[in-house]
Amino acid sequence: MTDHAIKRPLFSPFNIISAIIVIAGLPLVYLRFTGGLGAVTNLDHTNPWGIWIGFDLLTGVALAAGGYVTAAAVELFGMKKFHAAVRPAILTGFLGYSLVVFALLFDVGRPWRLPYPFVVSQGVTSIMFEVGACVGLYLTVLFLEFSPAALEWLGLKKIRKIIVRLTILLTVLGVVLSTLHQSSLGAMFLIAPWKLHPLWYSTYLPVFFFVSSIAAGLSMVLFEATLSHKHFHDKMDKGYLEASNHVVYGFGRAAALVLAGYFAIKVFGLAMGNHWDLLFTGYGYWFQLEMIGFILFPCFLFAVGSRDKNKKLIRFAAFWTVLGIMLNRLNISFFCFNYHLPASERYVPHWMEIGISVFVVTIGLIVFRFIVTRMPILYHHPDYPEEH
Amino acid sequence: MSETIYTLQDFMTQTKGIVYILVVGYLIGFTAFWCFLFRRDKKED
Repeated sequence: MTDHAIKRPLFSPFNIISAIIVIAGLPLVYLRFTGGLGAVTNLDHTNPWGIWIGFDLLTGVALAAGGYVTAAAVELFGMKKFHAAVRPAILTGFLGYSLVVFALLFDVGRPWRLPYPFVVSQGVTSIMFEVGACVGLYLTVLFLEFSPAALEWLGLKKIRKIIVRLTILLTVLGVVLSTLHQSSLGAMFLIAPWKLHPLWYSTYLPVFFFVSSIAAGLSMVLFEATLSHKHFHDKMDKGYLEASNHVVYGFGRAAALVLAGYFAIKVFGLAMGNHWDLLFTGYGYWFQLEMIGFILFPCFLFAVGSRDKNKKLIRFAAFWTVLGIMLNRLNISFFCFNYHLPASERYVPHWMEIGISVFVVTIGLIVFRFIVTRMPILYHHPDYPEEH
Repeated sequence: MSETIYTLQDFMTQTKGIVYILVVGYLIGFTAFWCFLFRRDKKED
């Protein structure tokens, strides 16, 4: 193991706050697994999917897309100037997917049956099988893609060498599996055209989910890099810092182009459904806010920021896009789902559901911090100077 | 836009027609957007 780790105070604000959240969350976890879903959630047969699906799963998977987007750009399309972004992006993706599966343990009524689609009852005609299989396989791929950093930290050179040779294969697998399940998450809502509001429902939902995941991935890499620059600047070596400008401007420009395309296909979807008359209803104004405020606006900011080489603007646009993707996934799974029901029958998350979501995200942040402060994520390991 | 459409043929004709117009508009707009993003780089080169 390297001694690159710099001693940090045990009672730092981050440690104290995260410890409080984890300690406060443990009774909720106990209640969930002893009392069942009914003890901690407001879920019922009309609303079986709550924020654990809308936020933890749908948003989590979209924001973890930076792993396959960055790896594909660098390893498959040869954009080597973005190489410094690969490891942080893969780590974000790996932790994002790990948290999705971790959160599913809370959301699935009988979590010990999560492996059933692989070993007991496949149910291959269900889109859920495809999502489950792809997420399970992609998590394995991400683990392998991330493992060189852990193996360098542990000093296991031989195993690392074998896995590094598989980089191209793993990247191709990652892109294929991500394309499949990012779109399938949208396809899950195709079976509920009467439940989802027509402005958000479209037969092109799988395409919307896939294209928006690319924008989400690019933005999340930029957002995560912003936070890393603020909190882990001491861990970054010269190579990483030199490459960071290329990453910010290049990813900002790519995000502008992707968001422009995403906005267009959303408008085409609206036109194909002929739902123009709904634009000037209550839900219509909410839809316009999402389209203009959280797609077109960040697209414009990314474009101006990357053209004028304005890092602050690009970083703000990335943060705003992350919020926009979150809003879109919550609109589809929560705000605009079962929209025709009276208010008394609509789902409102229980405070304990929100508490467990905060608990899950905090666990992710703790693990992220543990890894970044110990393993060669933001710097080159001295034993492998040319191989990153 | 909100007048009643009676047949699938009419519905497809109307919606496809609008989408084709939007696509042409988008292609022109995207070209302008591309120039906006990359023109300054070309000048610097």
